[in-house]
Amino acid sequence: MSRQRYRLSCRTAAAVAAVAGLGLAASACSSSGSSNASGGGKVTVSIDCAPTAANNPVQHKEWLADVATFEKANPKITIKSVYNYPCEVPATFTAMLRAGTEPDIFYTYFTDLPQVLIAGQAADITPYVNSKTVPTLKDIVPGAMRAVTAGKTIYGLPTSNYTQGLVYNRMLFSKAGLDPNNPPTTWAQVEVDAAKIAKLGHGIYGYGDYSAGNTGGWHFSSYMDAMGGKMVNTATAPPSAAFDTADGTAILTALHTMRFTDHAMSPTQGLTWGSLQQQMAENKLGMYIAAPDDIYNVIVPTDKGDVNNFGMGPLPSASGTPAGSLGGGNTYIFAKHDTPAQIEAGIKFIDFEDLTPGVGQFNFARTKADGQPVGFPEPELFDGAAGTKINELRTKFATVNTSNFAAFVKASEEDLGEPLDAQAVYKTLDPVMLAVLTEPNANISALLKTASTNVNEILANSPG
Amino acid sequence: MADVMTLRKVRAGTSASRRRTAAGFAPKIRRNLSAHGFLIGAVLCFTFFSWYPIVREVIMSFQKAVFGGGYAWAGFTNYVRIFHDPTFWQAWRNTGEFTVLALVIGYAVPFCVAILLNELRHASGYLRILVYLPVMLPPASALLLFAYFYNPQYGLFDEILRALHLPTSQWVFQPGTGFVSTAMVSVVIASTWMNMGGATLIYLAALQNIPGELYEAAELDGAGLFGRIRHITIPQTKLILLMLLLLQVVATMQMFVESFVLTNGGGGVADNTQSVVMLIYQYAFALSGASNYNSASALGVVLMLVLAVFSGGFLWATKDRG
Repeated sequence: MSRQRYRLSCRTAAAVAAVAGLGLAASACSSSGSSNASGGGKVTVSIDCAPTAANNPVQHKEWLADVATFEKANPKITIKSVYNYPCEVPATFTAMLRAGTEPDIFYTYFTDLPQVLIAGQAADITPYVNSKTVPTLKDIVPGAMRAVTAGKTIYGLPTSNYTQGLVYNRMLFSKAGLDPNNPPTTWAQVEVDAAKIAKLGHGIYGYGDYSAGNTGGWHFSSYMDAMGGKMVNTATAPPSAAFDTADGTAILTALHTMRFTDHAMSPTQGLTWGSLQQQMAENKLGMYIAAPDDIYNVIVPTDKGDVNNFGMGPLPSASGTPAGSLGGGNTYIFAKHDTPAQIEAGIKFIDFEDLTPGVGQFNFARTKADGQPVGFPEPELFDGAAGTKINELRTKFATVNTSNFAAFVKASEEDLGEPLDAQAVYKTLDPVMLAVLTEPNANISALLKTASTNVNEILANSPG
Repeated sequence: MADVMTLRKVRAGTSASRRRTAAGFAPKIRRNLSAHGFLIGAVLCFTFFSWYPIVREVIMSFQKAVFGGGYAWAGFTNYVRIFHDPTFWQAWRNTGEFTVLALVIGYAVPFCVAILLNELRHASGYLRILVYLPVMLPPASALLLFAYFYNPQYGLFDEILRALHLPTSQWVFQPGTGFVSTAMVSVVIASTWMNMGGATLIYLAALQNIPGELYEAAELDGAGLFGRIRHITIPQTKLILLMLLLLQVVATMQMFVESFVLTNGGGGVADNTQSVVMLIYQYAFALSGASNYNSASALGVVLMLVLAVFSGGFLWATKDRG
């Protein structure tokens, strides 16, 4: 009997332990990752997109130094860095917003604000943003401020701004007998140059592009901007697709010709962001389109490319003068749960790290001393006095040959932002890009027509 | 008065009955305390992680996000939206194609391999390990391996074709949306390789439960290999075969990781390997700036209903009415 009781009590204990364990697990699941303001006038602010030691060791070291300097100057503020690479993964970003578990200050793309606002996760920081808290405020380019503003309400601060251009490999240009100081500007020239580079063999291809993860449609949009076209016509009700045009056909025809007639593009397709940068770093790729930060944030520090091998020209177009470029950038948004003290402290840190000439990301003297390249034409976040000051500093400490980027700077492409319902439109154009790059007999006209119908359907049923 | 007395007696009787019931119930509870404890754990698990999400999903499918957070009633708007998505029918068609191909290839192959392993007298233990090894690989790793095999530039399969002077293929990125497309067959092959170990072991266990005397008797009656399989193996393993068929259809209808990894999340040329669950993922997560949990929930509900109807129909059709 006692033995039976003992066995029963053991099983009971095990059952209780199982239930208790479940309760603990549930409570663990429900714990929030958010930090709070601490007592004694001290405040802690969590911020993501801190450079990781694994992917960006030098930037990681510089970030730590900046945080230490800032905290020393502001002893009542503690910066809690959240390290992640890439800074935003759409799936986890969406889940984070829905769960309300974002850090006090969180990284977004320019196109993310509507989603953040619908999720109700942004704090109104308008009363805290002025020329005293952000001295360079008046010089931030209007397009960048629009990315953090809805109506007259400010929800964050921009930290970079870009347009795209043609990134090309100067070493491969030289090897192929092309002039590395004279990058192609028209699609016809791109085709000729790509074919010559591909003739080098050994797995080297002249041109590369994406066709998955929404990045194919993203690039197609930029090509359309450069040709003077547009993706979505917002003048109609509902908005409608506007890319089934001669420009759209010309772009896809050029890509198809390079892939199947000239064999200037790799048979490996279905690529997404990250793959072309690696090929460029390994000197296996002649050209692709990107913003300048692909070079100094990815190709050089992460993929270990030689900075002197790369240059930039304008986006390819029909005339050689791009009508514009898809533009974008990054911002820091303040979370809904932030206290006023956290907002004030956060603005102070972002101003220090991202918006002050000569400091933080604009501390070109330190970047140079750390052996990192200086002189890239980005981020073009400012005009006016701040823009002039930053350009002076950039020129003063330049380590890269700025003439390698002169063609891109000279083109001075107009930043046209991103199309309406951008990611849904990009997703619909991915299969078009993939078909053009994998199907020898691709019917470009039919592909554009189908994609146009699909985008119209999406725009007409957009959740808004 | 008599009525009142009767009523009192009835009440007294009911009360006594309640006391007896309570008195009988309490020891039962005490006696089964540990069982109930474990049961509560399981019920809580199912409640929090299965039933609540299902109910929440159904509710969310009829809601829309409102500016500033929270949700509002949206009626059938989300359902209308997904039915108007050009990818919707393509995804269902692809999912159906994958399910049929996975049944033809992925259902038959493990059964044949199990029969073969069952017949082997030597090294069968090692071969079982070999067959099961792919199951131990994380699915993403196994699929990345196949992504390498399928690469048209340096992949193993095209290298072999080139060595044999045969035309090469782009495999998962091969254009074509017809039934039994190269792209979908490529996905099914990878999926079968990845998953067949588990099914093979289950078949093998069922096969080894078949009394050897039955085969001996059949052999004495002159039955050949196929005769033995038809008249002994299949009838004796019918229950397992039917159960695995149901489970496999339910699992293959939820295909996601195979196409997602092999096509970099793109769904192939002209979406020819895009599945329903991939579409749910794209609605919910992949459209940065336009992600929509409500449309994803609506599609999830549609998929759940389709699977529920199929499962119910299957169980009804295969019910032993003898």
